[in-house]
Amino acid sequence: MNRRRGRRIGLSILGVVLALIWVFPVYWMINSSFLSNRTLQRFTPTWLPFGGSMRNFKAVLADGSFFNALGMSIAVAAVTVVFAVLFAFLAAIAISRFRFRGRASFVLAVLLIQMLPAEALFIAQYKMIASVNLLNTVIGISIIYVAAVVPFTVWMLRGFVAGVPAELEEAAMVDGLSRSRAFFKITFPLLMPGLVASSIYAFLQAWNEFTVALVLLTKDESQTLPLWLRGFIQASATRETDWGQVMAASTLVAVPVIIFFMFVQGRISSGLVSGAVKG
Amino acid sequence: MSVATSRHTAATVTPRRKRRPVLPYWLLIPAIAILIVGTGYPTAWQLFNSFREYGLAQQFGKPAPWVWFDNYKELLGDSQFWAVVLRSLVFCGVTAAVTLIIGLGIALLMAAVGRTVRIILQISMLLAWAMPVVASMTVWTWLFDRRRGVINYVLDMIPGVDMYRFNWLAEPLTFFFVASVIVTWMSVPFVAFSLYAGLTQVPEEVLEATDLDGASRTQRLRLVILPIIRPVMSIVLLLQIIWDLRVFTQITILQDAGSSATEFDLLGTYIYKLGTGSQHFGTAAAASVIVLIITLIVSGGYVWRIMKEDSK
Repeated sequence: MNRRRGRRIGLSILGVVLALIWVFPVYWMINSSFLSNRTLQRFTPTWLPFGGSMRNFKAVLADGSFFNALGMSIAVAAVTVVFAVLFAFLAAIAISRFRFRGRASFVLAVLLIQMLPAEALFIAQYKMIASVNLLNTVIGISIIYVAAVVPFTVWMLRGFVAGVPAELEEAAMVDGLSRSRAFFKITFPLLMPGLVASSIYAFLQAWNEFTVALVLLTKDESQTLPLWLRGFIQASATRETDWGQVMAASTLVAVPVIIFFMFVQGRISSGLVSGAVKG
Repeated sequence: MSVATSRHTAATVTPRRKRRPVLPYWLLIPAIAILIVGTGYPTAWQLFNSFREYGLAQQFGKPAPWVWFDNYKELLGDSQFWAVVLRSLVFCGVTAAVTLIIGLGIALLMAAVGRTVRIILQISMLLAWAMPVVASMTVWTWLFDRRRGVINYVLDMIPGVDMYRFNWLAEPLTFFFVASVIVTWMSVPFVAFSLYAGLTQVPEEVLEATDLDGASRTQRLRLVILPIIRPVMSIVLLLQIIWDLRVFTQITILQDAGSSATEFDLLGTYIYKLGTGSQHFGTAAAASVIVLIITLIVSGGYVWRIMKEDSK
């Protein structure tokens, strides 16, 4: 029995050590963001943010480029969420409520497209968007983002739609509601959690995306937040990096994402592994 | 129009959906349209132009002549391209394997420890998972910073190890080691959570029965637990391989901090430089098609598994 207890304690210690290793970069980002560049220049690291200040954040925000990039990111994310969720919602109803010819091919196409890497398409996407003069615009990049996000969103919503029994709607129809009214009165409210989850998913994708943004948003004034953040590392090649400011900038970009992510994590992983929650 | 047809079904009450419905096709139109514009057309363009000469001159309006397989021949005859392909595959294979092993280890640990430790572990994993890629990259370049990075500082504390101002990003081998560490750190949480979810499906009675039968821990793991979570494991591994082939963001930012010479390239950055840097769109398109083929081969397995699930 004693050996067993020793083993358990050993495993618990290992668990805590691993937890510390995984959380350390996140902690280090926040810790460094409060420390002055002078403190960070010291040879011995400062492990706790005592004596820190908000100066790095102020410096980062004082330069208007943050708000510019923030505005761009919000615009792109908003357009992506609205259209991706709307289109995916309609498609999800089609594939989970109807059996029709071509259904299987559509599902197959959705799954395959989801796997296409941006790296294999961005040259063509660049040429396409450039040819219609939409480089550096919200519309141009949103077209690519919506197309990139729709497949997984369809997949995610499909599970939710299938989870609401069609009999509920049919019962309402028996009570004299038209099919569309039955849908909006009965099914739609029950789908709200699914719509919220997939909106957050689409939001996170658009907010974090780097590759396509790098190719399509070539001007400084049209940068989204990830590109803006990368600018700090790029600048470090030519001048001394102010790591405190870089970490403050990273914290500003990461915190909203971390909060939103907590809501949808379960949905995303089960969706990827099992083809979304089956009803 | 669709409303009229639905009224009609409402009136007849019994859902007779056999009558070849039109509505689902209408519902699919927006999704299909955006997929054609955003991914279908670029894929077709890619294929088309991989068979044409499309360089700087064509940018300025010269017609692009058909060269058929010349772009592919040029690429496949180029030892640099092969080096990039090989490096990408090795990077992907090693990183995906290490990620799976560590992820499995952490999943087993989550199942073995008490509630408090498990929650601590889960919160920490979630935080790492939630980090935006670019933010993670800035933090990790800071951690690996040559002069004041914590990693050199800590390693230097170990007696007999001299890591003072060691430049991790100067040599391809250490550069890709750093990249692999970062990608593993980012991907382990997803693997750990998915496998842990799989482990919780293993019935308690089965485990008790193996205990009674006097199976050792390794036997129990090898003969009982692993076979049960094998389906989840193979899907997770496939996804990991697909994702580790697309590490453009991570490599680009590490190159920003280090060097962007070609021996630090993987497929993504290689194609990017070929296309936007030197404007060889035809060759870049051919390279993209090769990446597409590699991805389709790998993801074929994933899609097949999921389709099988869907038709059940």
